Amino acid sequence: MPIIDSVRSLPGLDLQRRQSRATRLHLDLPLLFLLITLCGFGLVILYSASGGNIFMVQRQLIRFGVAFLGMFIIAQFDPRVFQRWGLTVYILVLMLLIAVLVAGKKSMGAQRWLDLPLLPAFQPSEIMKLALPIMIAWYLSRKTLPPGRLQLVVAMIAVVIPVGLIIKQPDLGTSLLIMASGVFVIFLAGIGWRWIIGAGVAVTALVPILWMFVMREYQKQRVLTLFNPDSDKLGAGWNINQSKIAIGSGGFQGKGYMEGTQSQLDFLPESHTDFIIAVLAEEFGFLGVLVLIAIYLALTARGLVISVKARDSFGRLLAGSVTLTFFIYVFVNIGMVSGILPVVGVPLPLVSYGGTSIVTLLGGFGLLMSVATHQKI
Amino acid sequence: MSDLSIQDRSGEKNLVLRRTLVAFIVVMFMTSVLLWRMFNLQLIQHEVFETLSLNNRVQGQDIAPTRGLIYDRNGNLLAENLPSHNLSLVMERVVDLDLTLSQLRELIEITDNQEKRFRNRLRKPRRPYEPVPVKFKLTAEEIATLAVNTYFLDGVEVEASLIRQYPHGASFAHVLGYVGRINEQELRKVDPEAYAGTGFIGKIGIEKTYEKQLLGKVGYRTIETNARGRILRVLEEEPPEPGVDLHLHLDLELQKLAEKELEGKRGAIVAMDTTTGGILAFVSTPSFDPNLFVTGISNKDYSKLRDSLDVPFLNRVARGLYPPASTLKPFLGLGGLQSGATTWEKEINDTGLFFLENHERPFRDWKVGGHGDKVDLVAAVVESCDTYFYDLAVNMTLEPMHEILDQFGFGKVTSVDVHNAKAGINPTREWKRKRHGYSWFAGDSVNLGIGQGYMLASPLQVTIATAVLANKGIWKAPKLLMHSSSETLNKIRSEKPMDIILDDPSHWDKMHEALRLVVHGPKGTARATGIGAPFQMAGKTGTAQVKSLAQDEEYDAEAIEERYRDHAWFSGFAPFENPKIAVTVFVENGEHGSWMAPIARRLFENWLLRTEVMADSGKEPDSFNLEVSELLAKTEGTDHANH
Repeated sequence: MPIIDSVRSLPGLDLQRRQSRATRLHLDLPLLFLLITLCGFGLVILYSASGGNIFMVQRQLIRFGVAFLGMFIIAQFDPRVFQRWGLTVYILVLMLLIAVLVAGKKSMGAQRWLDLPLLPAFQPSEIMKLALPIMIAWYLSRKTLPPGRLQLVVAMIAVVIPVGLIIKQPDLGTSLLIMASGVFVIFLAGIGWRWIIGAGVAVTALVPILWMFVMREYQKQRVLTLFNPDSDKLGAGWNINQSKIAIGSGGFQGKGYMEGTQSQLDFLPESHTDFIIAVLAEEFGFLGVLVLIAIYLALTARGLVISVKARDSFGRLLAGSVTLTFFIYVFVNIGMVSGILPVVGVPLPLVSYGGTSIVTLLGGFGLLMSVATHQKI
Repeated sequence: MSDLSIQDRSGEKNLVLRRTLVAFIVVMFMTSVLLWRMFNLQLIQHEVFETLSLNNRVQGQDIAPTRGLIYDRNGNLLAENLPSHNLSLVMERVVDLDLTLSQLRELIEITDNQEKRFRNRLRKPRRPYEPVPVKFKLTAEEIATLAVNTYFLDGVEVEASLIRQYPHGASFAHVLGYVGRINEQELRKVDPEAYAGTGFIGKIGIEKTYEKQLLGKVGYRTIETNARGRILRVLEEEPPEPGVDLHLHLDLELQKLAEKELEGKRGAIVAMDTTTGGILAFVSTPSFDPNLFVTGISNKDYSKLRDSLDVPFLNRVARGLYPPASTLKPFLGLGGLQSGATTWEKEINDTGLFFLENHERPFRDWKVGGHGDKVDLVAAVVESCDTYFYDLAVNMTLEPMHEILDQFGFGKVTSVDVHNAKAGINPTREWKRKRHGYSWFAGDSVNLGIGQGYMLASPLQVTIATAVLANKGIWKAPKLLMHSSSETLNKIRSEKPMDIILDDPSHWDKMHEALRLVVHGPKGTARATGIGAPFQMAGKTGTAQVKSLAQDEEYDAEAIEERYRDHAWFSGFAPFENPKIAVTVFVENGEHGSWMAPIARRLFENWLLRTEVMADSGKEPDSFNLEVSELLAKTEGTDHANH
């Protein structure tokens, strides 16, 4: 695998000794290096996107600190611990998701948050982002791969239930990401190509049904806007038009740090959250975009390397799914901001301002590090 | 899991490895899709988005020039620009228009009508972020209320702008006219760029005549705004050029006096400086407040004015056409002398009836029984003998009558800058054939001889003709504008008709004398007016028959009866020896021309006594009384001498 070999040595420098010392701390140095670079880059962009708001940057920095700590703690556990508790956690989170629909906190027209006593308010759907791939990976790796028909059906049901619950909140972005994390496990487990093609056909057939019965008016509007952003320049099309203008006007070199007129003069909505890459693209140009995508690609590649080098199938499936889901984050976000995907609320991982996604994303990297650093049986 | 065979394990591992590889290829593919997309937006379409980005933040803004001020001859302001606070909405920043409007209505009073007109304005094209006015002339209280609350209302702005103000309101409405919001029709006729900043245009009157000069030149600035339309900085600025200030011949005091004299009447007064042609007073009553039109008059107010039977919108001075009646006699008399149809010596026998061949009914003189058997031209003018002029008209025939009236400016517009003045009718044979389909009859000439029939003229035209007569045929271009702050405008020479040259210039003096006797002679139709005057005047009364009246059943019999009464004229000049001012007083249904003469005298007096003093600026105010008494003594002396 020449590609994988080259990726393995990508961040660099073969520092076997240092790596082994890091391994004792259950840290994967290439991942850690890339993550710190990404977060640092993210903070720099955030400072500009927030209009020079240093408090916002500080809060984001604190979140990073907490999330890195979480990642470090998760990395200390042997993957077998997750394997053992996967089902229990999955069922627990499912119950929390039901609780959200019954007694969740409403904000901005959606019901996503759960405010339990003695705990800070949180979104159970975020935990599901990790709990689902762990559970499916555990379930499918119990028997020899590829999985049998019954196993596949069970696995799919296990995916569909939480996804359905989250769609009801409604949270289209998160439910899609969670579905992806489950589907990636099934795919990596070696599901037959016939199944994959069949599923593709089924999804295509489902689209009209989704359109008519499941999707809400604002969601439909977003999809329609994608195909014709000029139809409603001041309404639904505003965001996407402005972000395209920001990106396009950035050109090759960008307008300069803190010099982006689209973002600094507030033409770009959501500039510090979901649309933050437009700020980067405007101020750092195509060069900045290249650097950012390169970091994401390197992280993805390192994750996949960890996956193939994992000790057992559970580790391989889990690491592969977590990595690919991370990439999907990136793809969906950049795709929607640049106007090739409908606007679903997916943040740019580790760059967008916002709490919960940072914790689960770095939690995912914690799982990767756990898989990477627990090689001996 | 220990029961799994090694083979299975490696098979599994290879399976996942293969799948991971597939996934990585897909990842690479998706990454290239993103990169291609970014490449496309940032490099291929860069210029398009660069422009869009620029258009987003950089707005062109027109700066309204300050409209030129209008002064009377003594520097009194007649039209000025006062700061006014307007409530406007920037539509790009308003989220929910209906909500915002209802919130505003809770704060300040906005009438349904104001909202309706605001919605009309919304439909018109405008530049991005251009505020659309909702309410003009906010009170201090309203400004304060809005200042506290607009923070919560997106897109609501209170902006200060200059609004045209006419401090003397109705007094000058017909002469100055007014400005109003430019409408789409007007926008199609003018250069829209020139009006981009103001939105106001002169609609009628002087405001319309000198619109181009008063407007000034629009300025321009490019500003950087943020997404909420807030101006962040000015990038470039080209300041506007203010409009030209106009100084008119109009005299505030004379105008006010004339207005007072016409109070409660439907009529017109025009005063002209015979030495310059400058129009000193220009009053048409009833009038209206032009300030109402600046920011938009309410439908209720408008229809009230429009439907009034007194027609306040009618500019009676320049657009009211009436039979000039006996005021025409001096001009026709001069025409008769010039054409040889009569002489000063010729006398007629007036029995009170004038018979025309092939005409059953005789034409009547206003005086039953006539003016006696020895009526010459002087007597005919002094006593306003109709029969003499019936006879003259028949002898003269139409063409010479038309010719002399044309020379005095009837049937055409001779005023330089009176907006939309009417030409009136100075009939010809051809005109009658075209208009009525009949040929010209001798009876028509007879009627024309006393300024009735087809003949129609405006009070302005009668005044101009009187001024030309006072100047013995020398035309001074009748004009409102005295001078302006624009050199180019001042240099424009006004066109005027050819001077009238009589074969025998002594006709002028004799006609002047006849007109003097109208006021000062023992038999003059306005002899009551001349008594005790500090100077001598000359003039002619006129009483015009009202032939037809628009039927309006809503008015009671008394009102209709009043409206069938004769129109009354007086047109004259003073002082007699050295004419300086010509005045015409006209009142609809005023019955007797002789009743108008005292009004003219008061105007003469006001003007002459003031200008006498002003002309000799070296003298102390104390000498005023002496001056007047001297003048009195002098005029009384001459009066006696002429009797």
